[in-house]
Amino acid sequence: MDKPQSTVAHHFEDMDQQREAGTLGMWAFLVTEIMFFGGVFAAYAIYHHMYPEAFGEASKTLSVVLGATNTAVLICSSLTMAFAVRSAQLNQRKRLVGFLILTIILGSAFLGIKAVEYSHKIHEHHVPGASFVFEGPHSGGAELFFSFYFAMTGLHALHMVIGIGLMVWLIVKAQRGRFSSEYHAPVEMAGLYWHFVDIVWVFLFPLLYLISRA
Amino acid sequence: MSNPAVQHQKDYIHAGYGVKSWFLTVDHKRIALLYLISITLFFFVGGFFAVLLRLELMTPQGDIVTAETYNKLFTMHGIAMVFFFLIPSIPAVLGNFLVPMMIGARDLAFPRLNLLSWYLYNFGGLFTLYAMINGGVDTGWTFYAPYSSSYALGNVVPVVIGVFILGFSSILTAINFIATIHKMRAPGLTWFKLPLFIWAMYATAIITILGTPVVAITLLLLGFERVMGAGIFDPALGGDPILFQHLFWFYSHPAVYIMVLPSMGVISEVVTCFARKQIFGYRSMAYAIMGIAALSFLVWGHHMFVSGQSVYAGMVFSALSFLVAIPSAIKVFNWTATLYKGTIEFKTPVLYAFGFIGLFTIGGLTGLFLASLATDVHLTDTYFIVAHFHYIMVGGAVMGYLAGLHFWWPKITGRMYNEAWAKFSALILFVGFNLTFFPQFILGYLGMPRRYYVYPPEFQVLNVMSTAGASILGLGYLIPMIYLLWSLRKPKDVGPNPWNATGLEWTTSSPPTTHNFDQVPVVTAEGPYLYNDEEAKVG
Amino acid sequence: MWNFPLIPDRASTIAGEVDAIYYFLTFISLFFGGIIVIGLLYSAIRYRKASKSSRANAVHDHLGLELAWSLIPLAISIGIFVWSSRVFINMHVAPKDAMEIYVVGKQWMWKIQHPQGNREINTLHVPVGKPVKLIMTSQDVIHSFYIPAFRIKQDVLPGRYTTQWFEATTPGEYHLFCAEYCGTSHSGMIGKVVVMEPAEYEQWLAGSGGGLAMTTSGQQVFQQFGCQTCHKQEAGQRGPSLEGLFGTQVKLANGQTVLADQDYIRESILNPSAKVVAGFQVLMPMYRTQLTQEQLNQLVEYVKSLGTTKRKEG
Repeated sequence: MDKPQSTVAHHFEDMDQQREAGTLGMWAFLVTEIMFFGGVFAAYAIYHHMYPEAFGEASKTLSVVLGATNTAVLICSSLTMAFAVRSAQLNQRKRLVGFLILTIILGSAFLGIKAVEYSHKIHEHHVPGASFVFEGPHSGGAELFFSFYFAMTGLHALHMVIGIGLMVWLIVKAQRGRFSSEYHAPVEMAGLYWHFVDIVWVFLFPLLYLISRA
Repeated sequence: MSNPAVQHQKDYIHAGYGVKSWFLTVDHKRIALLYLISITLFFFVGGFFAVLLRLELMTPQGDIVTAETYNKLFTMHGIAMVFFFLIPSIPAVLGNFLVPMMIGARDLAFPRLNLLSWYLYNFGGLFTLYAMINGGVDTGWTFYAPYSSSYALGNVVPVVIGVFILGFSSILTAINFIATIHKMRAPGLTWFKLPLFIWAMYATAIITILGTPVVAITLLLLGFERVMGAGIFDPALGGDPILFQHLFWFYSHPAVYIMVLPSMGVISEVVTCFARKQIFGYRSMAYAIMGIAALSFLVWGHHMFVSGQSVYAGMVFSALSFLVAIPSAIKVFNWTATLYKGTIEFKTPVLYAFGFIGLFTIGGLTGLFLASLATDVHLTDTYFIVAHFHYIMVGGAVMGYLAGLHFWWPKITGRMYNEAWAKFSALILFVGFNLTFFPQFILGYLGMPRRYYVYPPEFQVLNVMSTAGASILGLGYLIPMIYLLWSLRKPKDVGPNPWNATGLEWTTSSPPTTHNFDQVPVVTAEGPYLYNDEEAKVG
Repeated sequence: MWNFPLIPDRASTIAGEVDAIYYFLTFISLFFGGIIVIGLLYSAIRYRKASKSSRANAVHDHLGLELAWSLIPLAISIGIFVWSSRVFINMHVAPKDAMEIYVVGKQWMWKIQHPQGNREINTLHVPVGKPVKLIMTSQDVIHSFYIPAFRIKQDVLPGRYTTQWFEATTPGEYHLFCAEYCGTSHSGMIGKVVVMEPAEYEQWLAGSGGGLAMTTSGQQVFQQFGCQTCHKQEAGQRGPSLEGLFGTQVKLANGQTVLADQDYIRESILNPSAKVVAGFQVLMPMYRTQLTQEQLNQLVEYVKSLGTTKRKEG
């Protein structure tokens, strides 16, 4: 977030006003994110309703094991992020940096597993477009399913990459001692963002991986 | 605050002279000026396209440009005007300048985010402009699938990316306004003491953060589809083109209110000031703004009465669309009632305000023809639509923008423009506008479809009238450019409050100092617009 | 030069009803617009700064007035909504005895086929005084079939049928426009509607070299692609019977039921796996790439003609 260095910026009256404004701004941003993903979720829901069998068939080709592993990895990363925020509040710089690094590692692990899944899909010709192949009667609907699969997980992964970038920036600032128990709003904001990205995945996982197994 | 005390401090324009002091500024007032320049450029780019369109339509057959070029011209006219002028115009220029000043703050909550949003605007704009010059795009500004995804000529994807980037810029401004209006009001300035301009900015910001991301994801999916052939909106691959329309209008209908609500805010400020009278029904005016914002998200389906959506869906959207008439009627009637028993001084801003009220009323009433199902079937996708939305967007939004620009020009620059020229151009614009667009209502009723490069010869007379009007209108837009810039040659010649207006922005010097207020003002007045008439003193 | 129309031709039964609403709305607009303009001008003159008119007892809040100018427009709006929606529903419910004409839009022409088999491009011949239902689809992008003199318009979509109907009242030639932007020659996708006396129309049908009726062509396509090997008169092992199918409710393998309408038949030919009839396997190949849009329309018309028993949708 756009925050001045560790003091109250000139245009704010006091630290409270500054923190409240920042938090409200962040929540407003998350509302736009919800609407952003909401649009694609709505489109997914409509097509799932139109082609239930095809979506079921296509969903079965995804690896639940990898998906579930990723869910676990991401939930753990949310936990480490929460610890990082706590450390910032308690003015524990070393722990803050440690937890941020841990979160980055977990986030990268998620992306790594995602990359493995993508490479499987590319190998199986499940990427929509000219080279798409899907055996059986449901090829058309399955292609739509994979369009959504790549669009949704791709957007989610992009958000993860941005989140990891934010954390690298936080680590640099933390190393320079910019955060204190008074001023740690950027860590909190990044935390909110990271949890949001996490929650999106918690919705994506059942929608994409488990939909046919209910 | 006394005048001489202020003059020791430098105003925001003279606070720094280097290139860096402008391009790296975080002062909301300087960013507003940067926006003013960018937006004016885009306005003239869009206007240039419009001139070519009107010239082509002088004759029934094609003569000046080819059909392909014509299609690209109206597409780029729409994109430039809607996304790069109308949506950012008042919020990014007047809103940026005035929101902190009107609520007694020293800046917006996130000044650097504000600067970032200007850069994003320009980046998106240049991206789009490049795509336009380098081949153009011919989808229409509505990007309907499957034409845009599989058939269209030109640079659909670069333009979509440009608009997407622009969306970020709008969202950042909106977040800034929401946080600022919620958390940074001066002590004593409660919600129902806020000027209606602030209410309008707030409602606009809410619409922006809720709607823009939906069109962003929609355009992203469209780009994805065009590049990959994914088929989300292409029936040949099992997709549904109607879904694109639903998602598109879910944003783009509220976007109309992003354009016109800020103007309504401006008009409320101007009308009260020049009638020297409190606004009539302040609270219902504020509720009407929020009501319009809420309803704006429920009526998108009225763009789709003949699209193939079900009869029942059509009826629901029709009923909801009629409801928008109620808050709109309240606003128009209340402005009129405000003038009653006022002491009206005919300065330029109030001329524009009169123009706004009249033209917005016509735009709103013709909206009823389009909310009504049976008449919409005949009128939709004809020139009736074109006329209707130009009455709202040009007659409404642009008139409001010009009213505001003239009203706050002395505050922004410290200089008064030439009043005679300004009145003359307001008159020219009003006449030119009506001559351009009123004949289009008749053309639409006669059945001339929009986006037609050639047309049957019986429509020519009305088209010639429209083109004649457009040339007057074009001239009308050039005059303000000239006398407003000319006014900058003079030395500073206005005090803090040239109009004797209420509102915190008039308590500081013109132009204001970088931090707006030496001391944060404390608001003790009972409400906004306590103009100096007998009634106000009693109330 | 000044001899140009201000009112479009009015040549269908619905046109008068639409115009009635149009003129009522015009009247309402003039009335309320007039109030506003008169109010503005009155205040502008009477209460200009230089005027000495009394400003005593000015109010800046009046609940009664505000309620009046919200509730009166609301009441009028509800009235228009009800009136207009009734006309709209009439526009959408075609009479049972309407003759059905197929329309295919493509960049940039209208291809039309009459049930008797006559084909025409960018021209539609219809008899006066007889309801006509247009069954329309597009081969590429979205188009819109618009006849201003009839006050009707309906988007024409790829991948599904949309319909509209009219009954022409006055013989003559009228504009036919494409109203949904569809690419370079959008404004060239125009034509004419020729309304004729019924006898003349019969003559035209006979004289314009109709060829085979649509159902007959449909039957030929049916046999050409060997459909009858699976879709026999009695339901067989491989495919359901099509006799008496049209307009009935069909039970699907996934437990849902659907109405066997034009879109259902169309979809089942193009993509048989989309809605599988209960008790059958998906053995049928997809005909998406093998049929032209015209053949598809003929097949649909043929299957409809088999469904003579229980006609629900006309």
